[in-house]
Order: sequence, then structure tokens, then C-alpha cells
Amino acid sequence: MLRLPPFRYLSPRSLEEAVSMLADHGPEAMLVAGGTDVYPKMRRRQFEPKVLVGLARVGSLREVRGTPTEGVSIGAGVTLTQLTRQAEIVTGYSGVVEGAEVISTPQLRNMGTIGGNLLVDTRCTYYDQTYQWRKSIDFCMKKEGSTCWVAPGSPRCLAVTSTDLAPVMMSLGARLRFVGPEGERVLDAADLYREDGIHYHTRQPGEILAEILLPSAEGWSSTYRKLRRREAFDFPLLGVAVGLRTGAGGEIEDVRIAIGGVGSAPQLIEEATEILCGKQPSEELIEKVASMAFRSSKALDNTDLIPIYRKKMAPVFVRRALRGLLGLSP
Amino acid sequence: MIRKKSGTSESLHVIGKNLPKVDAMAKVTGETLFADDLFLPRMLYAKALRSPHAHARIVSIDISRAESHPEVRGILLGKDLPTKYGILPVSQDEEAIAVDRVRYVGEMVAVVAATTEWAAEEASELIDVVYEPLESIMTVEEGLDEGKVQIHEYADHHNIHKMVCLEFGDVDAGFEEADHIREDVFFYEGNTHLALEQHAAVAHYRKDGKLTLWSSTQTPHYVHRALSKVLEMPASRIRVIATPNGGGFGGKTDPFGHEMAVSKLAMLTGRPVKFTLTREEVFYAHRGRHPVLMWARTGFASDGAITSMHFRTFLDGGGYGSYGVASTYYTGALQTVTYKVPHYRFEGVRVFTNKPPCGPKRGHGTPQPRFALEVQLDKAAEDLGICPISIRRDHLVEENTLTANYLRVTTCGLDECIDRVVEASGWREKKGKLPPGRGLGLACSSYLSGAGLPIYWNKMPHSGVQIKIDRGGGVAVFCGSTDVGQGSDSVLAYTVAEVLGVTLGDIQVFTADTDMTPVDLGSYSSRVTLMTGNAAIDAATKLRDLLFEVAAEELDCEPDELDAHDNRIFVCEDSDRGLDFIHVARKAEAKFGTLGSVGSYTPPPSAGRFRGAGVGPSPCYSYAACVMDLSVDPDTGQTTIHDIWLAYDCGTALNPVLVVGQVEGSVYMGLGEALMEEQIFRRGVHKIPSLLDYKSPTFKEMPPVHTLLVERWDPRGPFGAKEAGQGPLLPVPPAYVNALYDATGVRFDRVPVGPDLVLEGLERKRKGREPRVGPKGVPAVQWQPLDKVPLPSQNPEDEGV
Repeated sequence: MLRLPPFRYLSPRSLEEAVSMLADHGPEAMLVAGGTDVYPKMRRRQFEPKVLVGLARVGSLREVRGTPTEGVSIGAGVTLTQLTRQAEIVTGYSGVVEGAEVISTPQLRNMGTIGGNLLVDTRCTYYDQTYQWRKSIDFCMKKEGSTCWVAPGSPRCLAVTSTDLAPVMMSLGARLRFVGPEGERVLDAADLYREDGIHYHTRQPGEILAEILLPSAEGWSSTYRKLRRREAFDFPLLGVAVGLRTGAGGEIEDVRIAIGGVGSAPQLIEEATEILCGKQPSEELIEKVASMAFRSSKALDNTDLIPIYRKKMAPVFVRRALRGLLGLSP
Repeated sequence: MIRKKSGTSESLHVIGKNLPKVDAMAKVTGETLFADDLFLPRMLYAKALRSPHAHARIVSIDISRAESHPEVRGILLGKDLPTKYGILPVSQDEEAIAVDRVRYVGEMVAVVAATTEWAAEEASELIDVVYEPLESIMTVEEGLDEGKVQIHEYADHHNIHKMVCLEFGDVDAGFEEADHIREDVFFYEGNTHLALEQHAAVAHYRKDGKLTLWSSTQTPHYVHRALSKVLEMPASRIRVIATPNGGGFGGKTDPFGHEMAVSKLAMLTGRPVKFTLTREEVFYAHRGRHPVLMWARTGFASDGAITSMHFRTFLDGGGYGSYGVASTYYTGALQTVTYKVPHYRFEGVRVFTNKPPCGPKRGHGTPQPRFALEVQLDKAAEDLGICPISIRRDHLVEENTLTANYLRVTTCGLDECIDRVVEASGWREKKGKLPPGRGLGLACSSYLSGAGLPIYWNKMPHSGVQIKIDRGGGVAVFCGSTDVGQGSDSVLAYTVAEVLGVTLGDIQVFTADTDMTPVDLGSYSSRVTLMTGNAAIDAATKLRDLLFEVAAEELDCEPDELDAHDNRIFVCEDSDRGLDFIHVARKAEAKFGTLGSVGSYTPPPSAGRFRGAGVGPSPCYSYAACVMDLSVDPDTGQTTIHDIWLAYDCGTALNPVLVVGQVEGSVYMGLGEALMEEQIFRRGVHKIPSLLDYKSPTFKEMPPVHTLLVERWDPRGPFGAKEAGQGPLLPVPPAYVNALYDATGVRFDRVPVGPDLVLEGLERKRKGREPRVGPKGVPAVQWQPLDKVPLPSQNPEDEGV
């Protein structure tokens, strides 16, 4: 079997303790929440921490507060299973439930957390392999090597964003609260991500994601659609999240469409918001937005199914997500 | 022979009943000890350093740094086990550990034994190997190019490992008679077995010079032979025990380097050694489905009867021989056992490439040509304006005949199989009336019930069974057969229970141990039920004769008036007159001495006398017909399979619930091959060697399967049984693409077909291009002159052999 290398496991009981442990061990340390991605990656030696700071016993990370009317804050340690069952979320934020319930398998959702999913490592079929496998291609730039084998001319790593919940959070306008040695900061979900397979997020090394802050759900509806080969296990090959607010007359008051699973960062299709806001939905407008999704999805040969297929699916998924929320036939 | 119990089911008490497997409770409660569950005192753990090159010469290996690792106890290199071996006598081309050349990424270069698995892995990376990379051959086309590097010194020609050129009858004349001729090209991608249990082996070398190897193998007898050869030790000093297999599917039928390595390391270190492959290493051990490119030219009469068939196959073999010579013949063998093929020509070629070796996977070499044949029939039916049912149903082989290539068909229930799936699926009501994007597809198939010839030439039985009865009424059954989950231990228990009339709980089965059990050749070619079943009946009947003799004396009747059931031996016509089994057993022991018997089975001789006639013959053949109902999403190309109906002629179902399990498992595996599974390479390396990235269906992709058993009693099978382990996979891939065609009007002449290819096909059709997705052609090959074999009808000497 593939074995875990030796490591130390620290078990802080509070966020403050976790922050200081992380600071004490510097680059040798990593955070682990559910461990569904960290441990397999340690077996394959993609991650080689000497110290793991486990967040499982930090009680505050498991809390859910607020109401859909005033907004809900979700502790980063809330499990994916809990997300799909939590009354405040189920009643107000169907996009979150739809996003969480299609992650991996029931067993892994019991362990995996919302925070872990939002920060999950980017993936690539040249990178998500064992040490010996990676040695046989002379490694890649994401770990130990210098070339991006997806496109050997590329100056940056092209690993693909694989979080299902990131586009959901962006479509809802969620904000994220981080705690670090210097105190707290809150940023828009969209600002957490960077179009770079290696430096794919803006979390500072000593920081811990503490809470996800969902704004009021009043008037909003949301959805998430995921492309993958199988109905379980698989990471997204494309994920489309839509948050939508319609007025009394049926006009679109506000809308956010975010795409994940293509490119190194999830992205908001901002032009879609401009095109749709304030208008009555129509076939023509939906098609216009769908075609934008085609242009903005940069699928590459770094995961399953051929890239052009994934790109072609972006408009189909955007169209279906929008039509679903607007109550139109698919 | 079995009196009263042949041909009828009324008098049977165990056979034909839905009974639990004898090992079911142990499996579901976790009691079963798989090879990796074995822990011996002072045991070491082995890990391999593997080649990072697809093809390279090993210049030097320096183990000094690894040797100084404090936890290392032994290091093994190729030169320590240089004797070559291989499953087939004609392909002795493997080394336990590469000696001076590596032929695929992942081939073992050194094996380290250490006190922990982690330390062994750490130390293996301290071994310094200098390679001289060589040009690598990654496709059949490259392999056929004589200007390229040669992978092995031996071969039929350059990188052509095996070439077969056979003609039965006069194919050209057969084409002259045709009203319609079709030529098509097909591709079937390679895939792997994906047994849930990764291969593992534990070796223990005793101080008295005896070696024991526990291994998750389907063929302990062949491992025994190979170990003796490679270790240069008499086989009598080696004991191989096959542990319960957590699935095999053909992936554990070769002797493997890790089995040799732990054995040698146990001898060198004086400590037990275990080696459990990682999932990635299982992808390198492979021996899975060959990728096969195919060209088929078939002549049809206007009613759909085949007048002539010419078939060419191109197998991508990987780096070593394995079963490849047999696989090559198998891609040409069973085309003739479903529909009448009066003239038949087969040309096949297997090419060495720098990938893990291919070998036998469920259906061994036959799902690929079956796919081609069933899709081509579907096309021909449309060309000729006849329905896909009649083109098959009207031209079936007849029972008790020899095919053009000398395969004896005893029973064939394919007529009933087709009728049953057509009926159950509502084909006649639905076909042609389904909404757009929805389709029905039909395909049929056949498979062996055991290879008629052994892997190495000998005249000994293929399966042996010993039975012993003790004074407490317990019955112990010993057989070399290996349960890989298919239920072969249970078949032994059921047949003995039926013949002796004892309850299953009184039977203990001991299997797959070369010291304790008589030889059975192994769990491959769907041979075990038929061969061990017959051997068990043979052994049990001999004991029953003794018991009945004693019982008849006491009951004052003739032995043939007796029957046995539920631990009683009684007079058939007056069942109150009877004796307890234990009572009779004790009396029999007093009279005859210790009670034991042996039984064996050797298949009937095969009819063909030509070179290559050894591959294809079987005591009898199973038959399958499958209908699939699916929908295609026109925007995404995603398919939803609504239902699968599969009718199966397995002969007598010894235990129907196990047969249904085999059918469902086969359908599942066939769907994986049809929908998504691919053993594929990029930059010389396996692209996706993990359970996450090598896509195989999950429970959620599994449609309802309606299994319909067609129990065509076969005189050659135990209680009339044939096989169920492999055959049901075969019709699934062609039924899938035939249904896709019905749904979309696009022909898919390849598998797998995922949503991306479906969408490509739909777009081609929309744009007015040829509505087909598949290979464009086949490479040019300098075929050898054909071995021309007269048809059996022109060769009266061979008829009836």
C-alpha cells in the first residue's frame, strides 16, 4: 500500500491556539480539517508537511449562526454533509446544498468541510500522481519540476480549480472571514482566488479561514450544476453556479454567474450581470449569456474528458441553470 | 455415473436452489483473511523501485546508499533472479525484476525488504540507477515499423510477437455467393480488471528448506511451476497457497515478479516477507484487455445468412508475452459459434509495445471481435432491410455440429435467449416508435466453458478432487481450484452435497493449496464449474457407491434403489426405509477401511488438427442475448441507460442466485468498457493509474438489469451446467453502440464512447458529415501465406472425433 510518511499532529482547541501553532511551525506546518484531500496527497508526497495542525477540535469552526433573512454565517469546519441538512441553509441557499451534495461520496462528505473545499488544491493529471509517477515525467512545475506539461510553453501552472463551493459562494456574494497572527480580515469570495495553478489563493500562510458569511437570501434563488463523468466521486470538470433575484414583475434585479472547473480560478461572468440586470428574461438574452460562458471557459487537458467538450458544455450548463431558476422548460 | 440425477431437476435437493455461498458469512463479517491480512512474526515488508522509462537499458545500479538505511534487511536485483519465465511455454520472456532492460514505465528494477513498508519505500529511492533511454514503441503502427527499435530479441518478426493466418474453407468462393458484402473497421480500447483487492503475496522460508507462498492468485498451480523454475528449486520444496481473491477477472492469472521477489527475499533474509501492490502498481501489473483494432469483411445472402467472413485483428500487446499468443488466437476463435459461418479466414497480429503487458480479462480476447461482429450485423441488417433479430435468429449454429474452425457446439440456447430478451424488453412494440434520442440495441454472444487444452502440453487431468469422510459425518473436499469470488468453493460443496446427500453444513472445502489439494489448473477460461464440478461428481460418486453398497445390505435392497438426502440414505420408493449417513459411513469404514476417493476431469479431445487448433475448443459454450434501452441528451451527449435485459444460457444454473450475480457483475464490467474505461498512455506513462482518475462506473451509473436464465442442459456439464463467469459481459458493449445508433443515427465503431464522443457524433451528423465515430483504417501488414484448413465436412476423418 501507499503509506503515510511520518508527521506530527497537533490538536488545538481554539482558533487562537491554532493560529499560534501554525505560526510556531512556519512552512513545515499545514492545516488539516477533514483530511480528505490532505492525507491522500501526503501519501503521494504532493504535500510534505512535518507538522499538521488539525482543526477537528476547534468547536467554533463548527457553528452556524443567523437566518436566511438576515444572512447566515457558517463555520469553516462545518462538514459538507451538515451543509446539506442545516435548516438555515436548506431553506435559503439551495445553491449551497446543490453544490455540497455533489462533492465526492457520502463518506467523504461526512469528513470534508466547507472550508477545506473552498481551499482545496488545484488539480491536474500531471500532478495528482504518486512520487514515482511524477518522477517518470521529470516532475511538473507545481511540485519539484520546472515545466507545465499541460502546455510546455506556459510560464505558469495550469492546474484546474476543483472546488464546487467556490463558484457557489461567488454567485451568492459570500464573504470570507480569516483569522491570522495580525488579526482578522474579511474578503469577497471572488477575491480569494487567483488564476495560477500553484498560487491559486490569496490566503496568507499564517491565516485560517474561520467563517463563510452568506448575505441575506431575501428574494434570491440559487443553483449549482456540475459536469463530471460519474454521479459520485468525481471532481468538477465544469461547475456553474447562479444566484438570481427577480422583481415582482418578473424582471431580473440582480444576477451572478460563476464558473468553476475550467481554468485555475473560479470566475464570475461579470458581463452576464450587466446584460441581464433590470431586464425581463428572454430566450435571446439567455443565449447571449450562454455564449459568453463559452468564451470565458478555458478548458485544458488537465483532467477528464476532452477540453473542447468541457468548453462546449459551459453554455449548455449556464443556459440550463438560468432556465431552471427562471422556471422555464430546460 | 449419476443415476436418477441426470437430466431432471425434480430429484435434486441442492443443485438449482438459491443457496448462500459457503464463504458468504466470512466475507461479509470480515473474517476472510486476504493475503494482505496475513501477519507473520518478524515479517518484513517489500517495496519496489520501478522504471521511470518506457524503454531503456540499465547501465548500472548502485545500492550502497539503500543498504545503509538502518531498517533495510534485504535488496534484490534482477541479476539475483535471472531465469526467465512466462505463463505460456512459447513466451518465456519475463524476468522477476528487470535484469538489463526495462520495457515499460513501472517495471520493477529493484525490490527492498525492510522492517516497515514506509522504510522500504524510502530506501528504494536511495537506489541509484543509471539508464540509457531507448526509443519507445507506443502504438501498433509504430510496432509494425521495421525501422524502429526491437523490443524483444524473440518474436515472429521484429516487434510482431505473434502472427496468425488461417483459412477454413474457401473464403473467396464464399464472397462470390454473397448478395451483399460489408467491410468495417472497429477499435476496442484496452482496459484493466480493477479487482478491488490489490495483489499481495507473503513468503515464508522454513529452516528445513521449504518455502511457502501465500498469494492472491487465480492460478496457484502455474505460480508453483514458475516459482520452481525461477528459484531453481524442486517444486516439491515449494508450497503455493492461493488466498481468497478479492476479485481477479484474469488479472491474477500470470505468475508475477512480486511473488518471485518475496520468495527470494524470504530465503535471503530468513524472515517472512510481504509485498502488497499499490493501486498504481496494479495498473502496471495489468494483463488486462488488449486494445484491438479490427477489420471485418463479411458476405451476406439477401436473407442475412453469412456466406463468408474475413477477419483481421491488430493487438497492442504491451511489453511482454503473457497470454498474448492465446489472446491473438482468441480474437479469431469464437466468431463461428453463434451464427453459421461456412467459410472463414482469420489473420491476427500481436505487437509488442512499451506498456504494461496485456493479457486475459473476463472474456479473454473475445469481447473485441464480438463487438465488431455484432455491430457489423446490425449494419448489415439495415442494409438488407431485415430486422436485427432475424439476421441473428434465423442463422444460428445448430446443436451438435462442428463449426468451420472445428469447434464442437453441443447445446446452444441462443434461440431462446433472443426470444426471451425480445419479449421481456417489449422490442417489437417499442422498436421504431421511441421518441427522438431514445434507442434500443440488441447483441448476442457466446463463450467457452473452459479451455479444452491446458496451458502446457500434458495428458493429465485438468481438475482433480479428493474427498474424505470422517467418523463424525464430516465430509472434507480437497481441490486445487481457486475461489476468486465467483463461487467455485461453493460449487464443490453443492455438487458433493447433492451426490452424497449430506447437508452443506457438514461439508468443509479445502482449496488452492499445492501441498494439500490435487491440481486444478486455475480460475480462468470459465473452466472451474464445469471441470471441478465434474471431478467432484466423479469423486463423490465413487464414495456414494461404497456407502450405498453397505446401506443396501442393511436395508435389504439393491444399491440402485437408494437415494441420499439430508444426511439420510433411503429407499427411493419407500423413503421411510432409511439409515443415517453417519451410521452408514461408519459401517462403510469398518468394511472398506478409511473412506476417501479421488475424481478427475479431462475435457474431451478437440476436433481440429491444425496449428492453433488448441485455442477455442471447449467442452461446451454458453450463450447470451442482450437488449439495452437508453436515451441520449442531444446537448451534452450524456446517455442514460434505462434498462438492460440479458438472457443467458448457462446450462443448468447450479445456484441461480450466483448466476444472476455473475450476470449483473458482467454487465457492470461490460458497461465500464462500453462507457468509459481506458488504459491509456501519454508521454510513455499510464495517464490515469488511480481509482479516482481511471473512470469506472459507480453504483449510480448502474441501470436495472433483468436477468433471464435459459437453462439448456448440456450433457458435458456437471448436472448440465456450462458457465456464467465471463460470457455475460460480451454482448454489453455492442448492445450499447447499437442502441446509441438507434437513438441518434450515428454509428460508433469503437468503445468506450463517452459523452464527448457522442456529442462529436451528433455534430458530425448535424453538419452532414459521415455519421460515424471510429477508426479510419488499419495498418498495412505483410501477412504470411494462409494455413489452409479444409472444412470439417470435407474432412470426414476428423468428423466425430
